[in-house]
Amino acid sequence: MTLSAHFPVLQVVVPLVSAPLAVLARRATAAYAIVMFASWIAFGLAIALTMQVRSEGVVSYPIGNWPPPWGIEYRIDALSSFVLLLVSAVAAVVLPYCRRSIEHEVPREQHYLFYSMFALCLAGLLGIAATGDAFNAFVFIEISALASYVLIALGRDRKALVASYQYLILGTIGATFFVIGIGMLYLMTGTLNLADMSERLAATSDLRPVLTAAAFITVGMSLKLALFPLHQWLPNAYTYAPSAVSAFIAATGTKVSIYVLMRFYFSVFGAGLVFELAVGEVLLVLSLAAMFIASAIAVVQSDFKKLLAYSSVAQVGYITLGLSLESVSGLTASIVHLVNHGMTKAGLFMLVGGAVLVTGGSGMDRLAGLRRTMPLTSFGIVLGGLGLIGIPGTAGFISKWQLVLAAMERQEWWLVFAIVASSLLAVAYVWRFVEVAYFREPSNPADRRREAPATMLVPAVMVIAASIYFGLDSSLTLGGAATAADFLLGTSR
Amino acid sequence: MSTDSIAVCLMLPLAAAGGIALANNRPNLREAVSLVASAALVLALLGLEPAVLAGNRPTLDLIEVMPGLVIAFEVEPLGLLFALVAAFLWFASAVYSIGYMRGNGEAHQTRFYLCFALALAATVAIAFSANAFTLLLFYEALTFVTYPLVTHHGDAEARNGGRTYLAFLLGTSVLFLLPAVIFTWHAAGTTDFRAGGILPEGMAPAAAAVLLAMYVFGIGKAALMPFHRWLPAAMVAPTPVSALLHAVAVVKAGVFSIVKIVVYLFGLDLLGGVSTHWLTATAGFTVIAASVVALGADNLKRRLAYSTVSQLAYVVLASALLTPLSIVGAALHIVSHAFGKITLFFAAGSIYTATGKTNVSQLDGIGLRMPWTMGAFAIGALSMIGLPPAAGFVSKWYMLSGAMSQAHWAAVMVIVASTLLNAAYLLPIVYRAFFRGVDADSKPHGEAPLPIVLALVITAAATLMIFFMPGVPLALAHALAFGACE
Repeated sequence: MTLSAHFPVLQVVVPLVSAPLAVLARRATAAYAIVMFASWIAFGLAIALTMQVRSEGVVSYPIGNWPPPWGIEYRIDALSSFVLLLVSAVAAVVLPYCRRSIEHEVPREQHYLFYSMFALCLAGLLGIAATGDAFNAFVFIEISALASYVLIALGRDRKALVASYQYLILGTIGATFFVIGIGMLYLMTGTLNLADMSERLAATSDLRPVLTAAAFITVGMSLKLALFPLHQWLPNAYTYAPSAVSAFIAATGTKVSIYVLMRFYFSVFGAGLVFELAVGEVLLVLSLAAMFIASAIAVVQSDFKKLLAYSSVAQVGYITLGLSLESVSGLTASIVHLVNHGMTKAGLFMLVGGAVLVTGGSGMDRLAGLRRTMPLTSFGIVLGGLGLIGIPGTAGFISKWQLVLAAMERQEWWLVFAIVASSLLAVAYVWRFVEVAYFREPSNPADRRREAPATMLVPAVMVIAASIYFGLDSSLTLGGAATAADFLLGTSR
Repeated sequence: MSTDSIAVCLMLPLAAAGGIALANNRPNLREAVSLVASAALVLALLGLEPAVLAGNRPTLDLIEVMPGLVIAFEVEPLGLLFALVAAFLWFASAVYSIGYMRGNGEAHQTRFYLCFALALAATVAIAFSANAFTLLLFYEALTFVTYPLVTHHGDAEARNGGRTYLAFLLGTSVLFLLPAVIFTWHAAGTTDFRAGGILPEGMAPAAAAVLLAMYVFGIGKAALMPFHRWLPAAMVAPTPVSALLHAVAVVKAGVFSIVKIVVYLFGLDLLGGVSTHWLTATAGFTVIAASVVALGADNLKRRLAYSTVSQLAYVVLASALLTPLSIVGAALHIVSHAFGKITLFFAAGSIYTATGKTNVSQLDGIGLRMPWTMGAFAIGALSMIGLPPAAGFVSKWYMLSGAMSQAHWAAVMVIVASTLLNAAYLLPIVYRAFFRGVDADSKPHGEAPLPIVLALVITAAATLMIFFMPGVPLALAHALAFGACE
């Protein structure tokens, strides 16, 4: 086997190995270098795998040369390569940002631990997307979750501990539901390989345990992906985590959980069975609730990071809404919004992180008059905000267009109206920032112009620029999403 | 070669914005950039005119955003006409702004000129958009680049005005215009503007009527009631902004889009089978109601703002009549109202700069002290009313002819009644200015600074010119209306 044949496993192993290496290195700089190097390799591998999937179709990799379904199989298809690309790209751009950012938030003697946890979290998220094995997926979910509990707890504010604890409890409940669901599937099929499981399920006549398994997995993953009203852990976690962690987790954590849900719905249970369960209707209602209620809550927040966090709950609603439409175009909208929103929100959290570093907090009062002190950061946040609204020319618009189109295909006119109406709430919460930053005077008028350090500002601006670029040329994002959606529904029963 | 000239027309305002930013600390150079760029834009647009009149449609495809959905530009007669008006008046208001912004000691002048240039870039892009998607893109862009201009003063009043501005413009476009464009794409598989329309012939009349309503009300910039309130709210902006943007570029982008959508997306034939009585009724109501509000407004800018609401509804009314003659009238009214109204706003700003007065009731005898300003105001007023020898007469003539050819007597009545109302809210100002004695307690003052007076005279003269020599606008309007019906 050539080296390129091992890419699927290297994708996960490289960041995984960098975690203990970072611990061994002890020194902050060395740990930082190791993990950053690993994350860039992971990004390169994700690109290589995406191209491989494009040219050759599904890439299957038997771990330890044990052929599936006996051994663990890594299976990269159009959807998983898309998610791998998102996760590794966000990690690759957040890591350079980390350095200066955590110097202000994490005691120096803990830096190597921070990088090690970051690497573990990254490895876990990549593993979830790469694996074709149900239990392996559970293990990676736990790896990434445990690492993220630690990362969130490292936040400077003591409330970070409570937030992390909250997340730990709810995340564990979610994982437990998930593993119970997998246990039932194993009981019914005797296999853990997803592809094999799918084939055997087709031959199962007793549906009740299978439906129960679907329900458990849905609830478990809904907790993880912060589907309204199971989102209670998210706002505090995003608000009190260190800035770099907020950016990374907001862009990837919930997105990977949505991936798991899609994977089980379409590649294991099959669209027919899942939507017979009225999952579509439930998702539809909860998604709409998220879009309206979470957005409305976002409007009244007095802390900007928390505002963004509630906005994330609302935006997850758009993703699950696309999923609930049971069509290729709906699924395409979901998948493309994974990336578009992940990108936009990562950029926003990174910019806010810079503002936190300079002004000392993310409360709206701290951000008053930000245009004076940090004009570039303020403008970047406005551009990102326009993306959240879905203004033409931003990545968010591509998602909205696709989602509205999917609703129109189903002739659901009221839904079209609901989608566009909810984006007006996004205008309301984005404009809170605009009015605070552009119309209020800085709380300390003596403040001079001072942007965040270049190592933070440049990656953040790059991400925001990318969110504009993908709003103007969507061939990579929308094209990739459409291929993935076609593939998922095409192979689904 | 034509493709290049489109690029030049689009780039000129953008380049001007860059130049203005670079010349931040050198005010004279900064203003020179605006003047040169606007003059160059007028020339570049005039260079396109012969080819367009000869039936050519230069195109420029920029980026394919989604498969089949391209940011693309195409120059057709209506767009060229609109761009010409905007560019010419950009020049006039660049002259005017020098006097106004310096005369009133306004802050943040670089930001002001920068956003102004960006607004022009968006306007030209709207004028040239080859499909509804491109139009939507730059329509929203125009909202955002004009927002800092509306809120220029940065105080609570400006912020509230800005909120209303954004709530109405963004609210209508997100709620109605965006779904309308997506529905067009869904139904026709394209959003291209094509002569004769693109919507499928078999489209149910009810669906077409709903879609038309979504477009007409989604384009909040056209200020059709009940979505007109942003326009008076936007009057918190400095006067050059009210003059160029809220009498010309932004509002005209609205009615321009409506005319373009009626002619090139629906096509007059398709709409012939659709009930549009509700639209003529709404437009007619807006014409009359806004005039009545204007009649009662004492603040001069507010009166002019409601007059704009009323005059914009003329254009919508004319295009809803769906005859080639009324389409010519609609296109011409975009031009004639622009010149007349900018003159009126320039005069309002001139009065404010020279005297600090903002209300109609304060203007007794002002014409004797500011003869140029009030003379220009009188010409603008004539044009609004539609009397010769001003531009408004030409467009009203075509609109009336269109209404009569359709035997649409209600529309005729509306136009006639509103003409009387226009006279009732504008002529008393002229009367006050020239035929009433000066307040005893008012301080003596003279004319406004020279650039202001110069700009006023230019636009007032152009208002008269269009009446005597309507060649270019008329030719383009004919090419639009009769070309579209072939």
